Amino acid sequence: MNSLIIKDLHVSVAEREIVRGLDLEVERGKVHAIMGPNGSGKSTLAKVLGGHPDYRVTSGEVWMDGVNLLELEPDERSRKGLFLAFQYPSEVPGVSIANFLRAALQARLGEGEELEATDYYAKLYEKMALLEMDRSFTARSVNENFSGGEKKRNEILQMAMLEPSYGILDETDSGLDIDALKIVANGVNSLRGPELGILLITHYQRLLNFIVPDYVHVMMQGRIVLSGGKELAFELEEKGYDWVKEEAGELAAV
Amino acid sequence: MSSSLAIEPELDEAPSEEPRRADWLGHGRAAGWRDFKALPMPHRLDEKWRFSPVKDLDLSVYNRALPVPPAVREGLIGRCSGLAESAGRMVFANDHLVEREVYSKELARKGVIWAPIEKAAVEHEEIFRRHFMTQEVVLGSKKFAALHKAMVKSGVFLYVPRGVEVELPIEVFHWLHGAGASSFPHTLLVAEEMSKVTLIDYFESADADAPGFACGVNDLHLGPGANLTYVSVQNWSRKALSFQINSTVVSRDASALSMNLNLGAAVARAESVSRLVGTGGRSDMLAVTVASGAQQFDQRTLQDHQQPNTTSDLLYKNVLSDKARTIFSGLIRVEPHAHRTDAYQKVRNLLLSDDAEANSMPGLEILADEVRCSHGATSGQIDEEELFYLLSRGIPPPAAKKLVTAGFLNEVVERLPSRAVKDKLRGLIEARQ
Repeated sequence: MNSLIIKDLHVSVAEREIVRGLDLEVERGKVHAIMGPNGSGKSTLAKVLGGHPDYRVTSGEVWMDGVNLLELEPDERSRKGLFLAFQYPSEVPGVSIANFLRAALQARLGEGEELEATDYYAKLYEKMALLEMDRSFTARSVNENFSGGEKKRNEILQMAMLEPSYGILDETDSGLDIDALKIVANGVNSLRGPELGILLITHYQRLLNFIVPDYVHVMMQGRIVLSGGKELAFELEEKGYDWVKEEAGELAAV
Repeated sequence: MSSSLAIEPELDEAPSEEPRRADWLGHGRAAGWRDFKALPMPHRLDEKWRFSPVKDLDLSVYNRALPVPPAVREGLIGRCSGLAESAGRMVFANDHLVEREVYSKELARKGVIWAPIEKAAVEHEEIFRRHFMTQEVVLGSKKFAALHKAMVKSGVFLYVPRGVEVELPIEVFHWLHGAGASSFPHTLLVAEEMSKVTLIDYFESADADAPGFACGVNDLHLGPGANLTYVSVQNWSRKALSFQINSTVVSRDASALSMNLNLGAAVARAESVSRLVGTGGRSDMLAVTVASGAQQFDQRTLQDHQQPNTTSDLLYKNVLSDKARTIFSGLIRVEPHAHRTDAYQKVRNLLLSDDAEANSMPGLEILADEVRCSHGATSGQIDEEELFYLLSRGIPPPAAKKLVTAGFLNEVVERLPSRAVKDKLRGLIEARQ
């Protein structure tokens, strides 16, 4: 029950099939990494799980803790416990981080319930300290004029505040220098625990030195072609993806 | 369309105890009435009324507003919702002063004159006369300015002497009460050399559904080095017809910031002119318009650079939903010797509905050299990726759109200097959405 299950998922964007029969199960408490070359469909998988309107599921199923995820609107998915950390987070001009997060938390309360301001700010400041973010950040417009590192920290801050059951981190390491990467990784690691399942989407093995996964999967041409433990990441780093291509080719040929 | 009026000016109103008023204010009344009758109604082929809903300007249905009964008066005073702290507050109901409160010592300080205009016209005749309706109306509403002159009964005269700074904002409320009632609110502000002041006008209807007619004039005069923040909150009934004729005169090294928050009325036209008449002067012209239903907002502006080294910066933002319509026509004029002028004009329309319509007509007329000018108008809808980002955080679509809209308008609100005023305006915008 307590897992995110993807069964034979097919996804098209503008009539082109990008994800072609993907199977994966992410349990709560575990970190799964998906690696793969550019164009393998990794980011499409993240977007479609989030419910982006441009991505069309042509067949397959996605279940989150027993709930049919594909029947839910994007905002419902979030409130039910899914979190998507964007590779390229949007700017929301004129809306401060404090107001943005307050609206997101308010949406999780019942009708007539009001968010308690003191508790909210106490929690916000605590999570910001964790991510080494200055308090003045709360007054800045969401992602507007943020550096790459600030944007990614802001994504993890939101995850920390919204306490999802499943976090999908799409290329969270892209555009980060080593110091920023360490801070972001520390933030993610601090959130790890039995209640949270993480799907880490990345192109590079580097991130996995800091967020050590329980499982590593290789995605190519829209499906998982190879799965293994964390050592698989090192193998990929050493040998590149071509080796997997050959092996996957053999598998496909069998 | 009809220019005939159910209202007539009180031309014969000249009580013997106010002979001086009869002398010239009454004289102005008669002249205004003559001009009003002589000038033609706006025509849709008139360039200054292009795209305007001129067929909706039927004045024959409005009548002279009566003084409000005491019980209603108390109710309206109670409904005035301003800032937590202000220097003072005046309340008008149907162009009659019903309350004047002074809260801050600065306002009571020797030399600051803060009085209803009918009183100021008598007690401070010389200075009042020097400024009262002296600015030429150039953006199309000459006829309505004449009507205002004929009909004006009350409003605010604020005179801040040299070097005096009034820290807290001064607030003025104008209430319109009774179906079909008309109001002619007037604001005349004179800020002398190196003075500083903030004035907020609130225009509201007692009944949010009552038809009504408002025709107001604001004249702001800044002496050398003066600093003024002026805010007008137009929140008349959704069935009202509103004209607002605004002018700002900025002397050497003075700085004026004016903000029009347009929320109410069925048809509202606002004409705003900034005249930069001294070197080093600066004028920030801001407006936020929230248009919904079948509302029509027609905004016309002129940034008139008469002297070198002057700056004007206009930022107007409109949010349109349903079948609402907005019109913007703005001109930057830099006169031949007004070198080293900086003039900016930016209009942004956010369309929340396919049936809404935003018309923008920016314009430049540059006759000087070494001028930095830019102008631009854009219209767009909410960015899909931005919306998805908010949805992905669990914020439902209506709340997400509201947040994006508030953020869009916030860029204008943030230009105001006072935190309390910013919060007040944000609250009014949120309540209106």
